[in-house]
Amino acid sequence: MKPLINSLPETVFTTKVDDLLNWGRASSQWYMLFGLACCAIELMQTGGPRADLDRFGAVPRATPRQSDLMIVAGTLTYKMAKRTKLLYDQMPDPKYVISMGSCSNCGGLFQLAYSVCKGVDKIIPVDVYVPGCPPRPEALTEGLLRIQDKMMRERWLVKPAKVADEQPSA
Amino acid sequence: MDANEVYASLEKLFPGKVRDFKSDVREPYLFVEPAAIVEVCRFLRNAPGFRFEVLSDLTALDWPKQEIIQMVYHLFSYTHNHQIVLKVDLPRDHPRIATLENVWKVANWFEREVYDLFGVIFEGHSDLRRIMLPEDWVGYPLRKDYVEQEEYDGISTQRAPLVEKLLR
Repeated sequence: MKPLINSLPETVFTTKVDDLLNWGRASSQWYMLFGLACCAIELMQTGGPRADLDRFGAVPRATPRQSDLMIVAGTLTYKMAKRTKLLYDQMPDPKYVISMGSCSNCGGLFQLAYSVCKGVDKIIPVDVYVPGCPPRPEALTEGLLRIQDKMMRERWLVKPAKVADEQPSA
Repeated sequence: MDANEVYASLEKLFPGKVRDFKSDVREPYLFVEPAAIVEVCRFLRNAPGFRFEVLSDLTALDWPKQEIIQMVYHLFSYTHNHQIVLKVDLPRDHPRIATLENVWKVANWFEREVYDLFGVIFEGHSDLRRIMLPEDWVGYPLRKDYVEQEEYDGISTQRAPLVEKLLR
């Protein structure tokens, strides 16, 4: 077989299938509208024209069933915690969570209150914590980019090198 | 009509049921006997010259040393632009009082809140449930001797204090 070097037309790109999948997923993170408190205002700003999450392919969805990403924005009470778990369970895999702001990171200002959950990571797994009270839109955008980095590192078809070493060959 | 006149009229009409008027504070208040709260309030709402149409706030205080839970009613009149505060002392181990739902409709939610956070039982209330906390909550959080549960519904309520870790 002839080598492919310098033989493809300009309209053809070569890549790994995994990279293609990851690129597609990282560039279309639909996030669920899930504002719980004042952080929701910054979340709206981040979706607005100045910070503009749309340019990363992130658009807000009003239902967990169409979302890839949950941005927990605000104070999580125990009453809401149950609902948060329910919403998270309704999201299709693969799913990601950004914990936005001090309150959802650890309870924040209200962590000594009787009704406030001490961090959303007590309920659901969190991928990226964004500090701030509330974080600026730039900070949340950075959090989204970190999620993108994480997505780009994932392997779906190719065996990860570590796991391949550990598993006995079939 | 200022608060002194309101108290004077009440003292005349309800002898032995109102006491301890205090006027040298920003919002003058008087104490009402628990058994008389409904009739006093109904009078204050309906009587011409008083017309306290609005129950602008209903809350409570916990005094563990005196062994009382103190109900506080803030009344206001749009007609005459005057206000008065009523207080009622209830025994702390068994706080019960008649509902004011039939006098001011708004008392329904106010009383549910006080029940939620202080555990005061309102007799005759149409729908006495917790209003803000989950229905399976244990205890009344605004009581001074409230102790937080170790966990709620499988969620741990503990978290290592971050500041102390930094200070060490």
